Amino acid sequence: MRSKSGFAGFIVFVLLVLLAVIGPLFTPQLVTDVTAVYLPPSGAHWLGTDSEGRDILVQMINGGRPVILVGVLAGAISTLIAIVFGSLGAYLGGWVDSVIVSVTDIVLTVPQIILLAVLASLYTLDSPWLLAVILGAFAWPYLLRSVRAQVFSLKEREYVEAAQLLDLGTPHILFREILPNMASFIMMNFVVTMTNAIYALVGLYFLGLAPIVDDNWGAMLNKAWTRGAIFFSDSLFYVLAPIIAISILQLSLVTMTRSFEEILNPRLRQS
Amino acid sequence: MVASDTEPVVRPALLRRITARIYHIYVVRRVLKSILTVYLVATGTFFLVRLLPGNPVEVYINTQMSQYGISYQDAASQAAGLFSFNPNRPLPEQYWEYLTGIAHGDLGQSLLSPGTPVLHIVLEYLPWTVFSVGLGVLISCGLGSLLGMLMAYRRGGWIDHTLSLISSLLHSIPNYLLAMLIVVFFGVQLDVLPIAAMRGAYSPGVTPEFSLDFISDAMYHASLPITVYVLTTIGGWMLVMKASTVDTLGEDFITVARARGLRDSRIASAYVGRNAVLPVFPQLAITLGFVVGGSILVEQVFQYQGIGFLLLQSVQRRDYPVLQGILLVVTIAVVAANLVSDLLYSRLDPRVRGTAGESS
Repeated sequence: MRSKSGFAGFIVFVLLVLLAVIGPLFTPQLVTDVTAVYLPPSGAHWLGTDSEGRDILVQMINGGRPVILVGVLAGAISTLIAIVFGSLGAYLGGWVDSVIVSVTDIVLTVPQIILLAVLASLYTLDSPWLLAVILGAFAWPYLLRSVRAQVFSLKEREYVEAAQLLDLGTPHILFREILPNMASFIMMNFVVTMTNAIYALVGLYFLGLAPIVDDNWGAMLNKAWTRGAIFFSDSLFYVLAPIIAISILQLSLVTMTRSFEEILNPRLRQS
Repeated sequence: MVASDTEPVVRPALLRRITARIYHIYVVRRVLKSILTVYLVATGTFFLVRLLPGNPVEVYINTQMSQYGISYQDAASQAAGLFSFNPNRPLPEQYWEYLTGIAHGDLGQSLLSPGTPVLHIVLEYLPWTVFSVGLGVLISCGLGSLLGMLMAYRRGGWIDHTLSLISSLLHSIPNYLLAMLIVVFFGVQLDVLPIAAMRGAYSPGVTPEFSLDFISDAMYHASLPITVYVLTTIGGWMLVMKASTVDTLGEDFITVARARGLRDSRIASAYVGRNAVLPVFPQLAITLGFVVGGSILVEQVFQYQGIGFLLLQSVQRRDYPVLQGILLVVTIAVVAANLVSDLLYSRLDPRVRGTAGESS
């Protein structure tokens, strides 16, 4: 019972990733056709066509890869920052800890999306790598706080004291003794960060703050919204398809988080 | 920070002890930290705009030169007037002027409507965001906490399962997508909501005043954003409150209260509720910050004229002074909200006030 829904979420996520990785290899080339604008779903175009007469289903299949890629990268970057500095702060204590905590509190209070919007107005965020770095660079504070709190409680354990007596060195104690014991905790937070990064990424695309260079789900939303696809019931899927795809992706991630939470906090699952 | 010049008699050691004593007062420490945050954000935006390559001043000068064929000197002096700084002056001097300007509430002037102070523009839009986001978060926090407690009491029952399912579903749909779904289905396809009439912060022709008419009109326009904020954040409150209530129910003092034969309603309010609600408070500030950020997207979907609407407008028009001003003012607002919630929390939970509270 305890992780049935979490497992379902995991399966859905894996399927989405597979679709995003393998799918584009089999999709036909998109053709612009001005005579086939906003067609309703049919045998030839299962989800209809967009404002340039291009097939929506093909765009859906191709459009997952950039979103998931940036999400995973941003999640990995911010998780790395949070783990390294959070555990160092908690383990070393003293002024190192104070500095890390102060910086975290400051980054935490700056509204992320507003900062991203300002950055996007100053720079052209056209590469997914740049987007991932920028999204990851501001997403770590929550995770850092919880990593720090966890390491605080773990560093008092006997096996850590034993390692300290053996003089195994800070990197060894942190990465070999303490962090492996927080694996599922870290995984959970990685997924949370990914969820937030995807939220912000699609938001940036939707607002048109990140230039649209390929057909990803966020870009589809932007085009469908700004080109008035919502007003025609024939082209409804142009808006609905990316909304549903993003929601399913987020739902699968959130469900995974929930089951990690249940594993970590056994009181939640007793019934 | 203690007035050292006024009391030269005080010996350094004593002075240091007094400083340390004052620093250890929770409120003082917390206020100092807030001021530091605002100062650092202000500094960050200062250098972001001036120092990095391709900064807006250079961009402005270049477009002026290429579009209107004016000399670099003229373009530079125009830019200096608009961005309220002179690029040729030494940086520390500019920095000092910028900081004193902020301290006096002077955030420069808008690029597009020269002569209009940025602060004026920002303060025109900000109240609507504060109103809609504040009301939305308060409603969802209150309602979500109650439902979360209910879920903890009925753990494993159908209420718990249904509410968990609904809250996960709502929690995972990004708020702007939910807003789009509302517009697409209820506004356009089914045509039940007058989306076009609900745009803006209040109806044209209505003057902002403190009357019942105006308040109900403002509520009418804010109702859609508020609905979205409530629906998308309520799941988070339910989860926090459920987890914390479950924890509290397992405590010994609850068992003792039950053994003493206290009424269930009294146990639920005075024993469980008061303790279980504590983790909700730190969450309040976090959610507030998140919703203020997300309001940019939601306000854009509903065309609600709050700070997010202004932000996107300024991005599209490259109105950098206004952008800077929004970032600064919103940061100050979030910092202030954090400060208030932390101070409230330290009243509610005295453990936070000590230095021990810092370790968690």
